[in-house]
Amino acid sequence: MKVEATNPAVEFHDLTVSYDKKPVLWNIDMTLPQGALIGIVGPNGAGKSTLIKAAMGLLPLGSGYVRLFNQSLDEVRHRVSYVPQRESVDWDFPTSVLDVVLMGRYGKLGLFRRPSNTDKEIAMNCLKKVGMEAFTKRQISQLSGGQQQRVFLARALAQEADIYFMDEPFAGVDAATESALLGILQGLAKEGKTVVVVHHDLQSAAEFFDWIVLLNLRLVACGPIKDVFTNKLLQDTYGGKLTVLAEVGELVKNREIPSREKY
Amino acid sequence: MDAFYIIATASLFAISCSILGAFLILRKMAMVGDAISHAVLPGIVIAFLFTGSRDSITMIIGAGILGVFTTFLIEFFHRRARLQADAAIGVTFTWLFALGVIMVSLFAGQIDIDQDCVLYGEIAYVPLDLWISESGINFGPRALYVASGILIINLIFLFIGYKQLYITTFDPQYAATIGVGVTLWNYLLMGSVSMTTVAAFESVGAILIVALMVVPSACAYLLTQRLEQMILLGVLISIFISVVGYYLAAMIDGSIAGGIVTVSGCLFLMILLTQVLKKRGAKTTVSSPENLG
Ligand SMILES: Nc1ncnc2c1ncn2[C@@H]1O[C@H](COP(=O)(O)OP(=O)(O)OP(=O)(O)O)[C@@H](O)[C@H]1O
Ligand SMILES: [Mg+2]
Repeated sequence: MKVEATNPAVEFHDLTVSYDKKPVLWNIDMTLPQGALIGIVGPNGAGKSTLIKAAMGLLPLGSGYVRLFNQSLDEVRHRVSYVPQRESVDWDFPTSVLDVVLMGRYGKLGLFRRPSNTDKEIAMNCLKKVGMEAFTKRQISQLSGGQQQRVFLARALAQEADIYFMDEPFAGVDAATESALLGILQGLAKEGKTVVVVHHDLQSAAEFFDWIVLLNLRLVACGPIKDVFTNKLLQDTYGGKLTVLAEVGELVKNREIPSREKY
Repeated sequence: MDAFYIIATASLFAISCSILGAFLILRKMAMVGDAISHAVLPGIVIAFLFTGSRDSITMIIGAGILGVFTTFLIEFFHRRARLQADAAIGVTFTWLFALGVIMVSLFAGQIDIDQDCVLYGEIAYVPLDLWISESGINFGPRALYVASGILIINLIFLFIGYKQLYITTFDPQYAATIGVGVTLWNYLLMGSVSMTTVAAFESVGAILIVALMVVPSACAYLLTQRLEQMILLGVLISIFISVVGYYLAAMIDGSIAGGIVTVSGCLFLMILLTQVLKKRGAKTTVSSPENLG
């Protein structure tokens, strides 16, 4: 099952990625639509993080290529934003919440300019969006895991990019906050931004995403959620180890358009 | 006047070291400073053999090149050969240092460098090596000018590169995705570390530079929660230990460099103790109701 996007923002062409000569992603060939909230779903070790890192140019590609807006990454870098998995940095680093979010502005500042007041306002706004405005001065080690995750999200928002790649941005975030943040991402998609999210919770995926990529070392399926989020394809992805799936299919069916009015 | 010269030289070097050390500590690469300070020895010998001169500029360039080469080797062993970072550092610098030692003994006749002078240095001699112009004007100790020059270069580096150093230290992957040259800034930082180390070790000795790179920044790290404050406080601590260290040495008539490092070690212990006690205090007040019950 593979549906090509009519107006692609991201194109993976025959992508193969290996660690130490051992391939972990095989022949990924797909397009992702512009202006959509896109979920990448698959079991642990499926290569989801690897796929995103490959798209962000952080890993050498074995073969194939990735194009964004039909251009190479280097040509559109300032339009692309990345939210790494939370474990990738040292949270004891002596820095404040606001300073981390301001990093999102660095790409636009270049070498010599310092963040201006406008940059600070933008950063503050992004912190408000993720509900962290009360923590601006806090050192990042004094945040809970979910709050740290929200700081990363705010940093990405501050970039004002056109494509966002997010690696499990909701790990450790409580359900209510997750829904609120997914609402914000839906809003971005509505504005025409493309948001690609690695996501583990199938329930909320069924509720919020427009487009789904099912991944398990190979591409199992990708396309609009109503075509792809079926029991059969999910069982294929998870190797038949899922039992709660019946409900998930139902959720997608019940959702259709109405759930979009929530925000 | 001698006391002033010595303290000023020590402070200027210590400030340079603490600025760079702040980034090294946060990158968990404090020992790279140690590695570089040893591994530059062959660079100095080679620079000396080529130019036959012992002036500071030649030595700094020779050692600077070797410092960057050391960084390259460490990165290579770590990334390509997948050796742990500490093992990569250990292999690289011991090997290069050994090479340097052999070169020193091989060319002993032609060079008047010996390991002792490289390793221990002697800051007490700073006021003896004066810069006197052709017309006989005395400009003061040469080391003071070297130390000032190095500090100015480091300050310019910090001023221009602060954002880049900060982001590549905190989150190198993210930095790469927004187009900041992570490798470039790593080499620039290591280049500065090499340059500073070499410029300083004639005066204070290689082993003591390692202390200046690690200890003031480590103290500042314990006391602050912001990188700017950590750097600023590191600078203040550097000045403090230079002054107090000098007078301690003068009082007991001991090695000045030794005095400085002793004071910095004591300061670190004191700060650590107060931090631990503070945390302990906070904990007991929280848990005391349970203890009573
Ligand atoms: N640095 C690495 N070196 C070698 N193998 C790796 C490396 N990183 C990941 N792998 C392997 O590649 C495969 C895919 O890893 P990846 O991190 O992309 O999985 P994932 O889908 O993100 O999993 P999770 O849901 O646990 O985050 C795994 O089998 C993993 O063992
Ligand atoms: Mg992952």
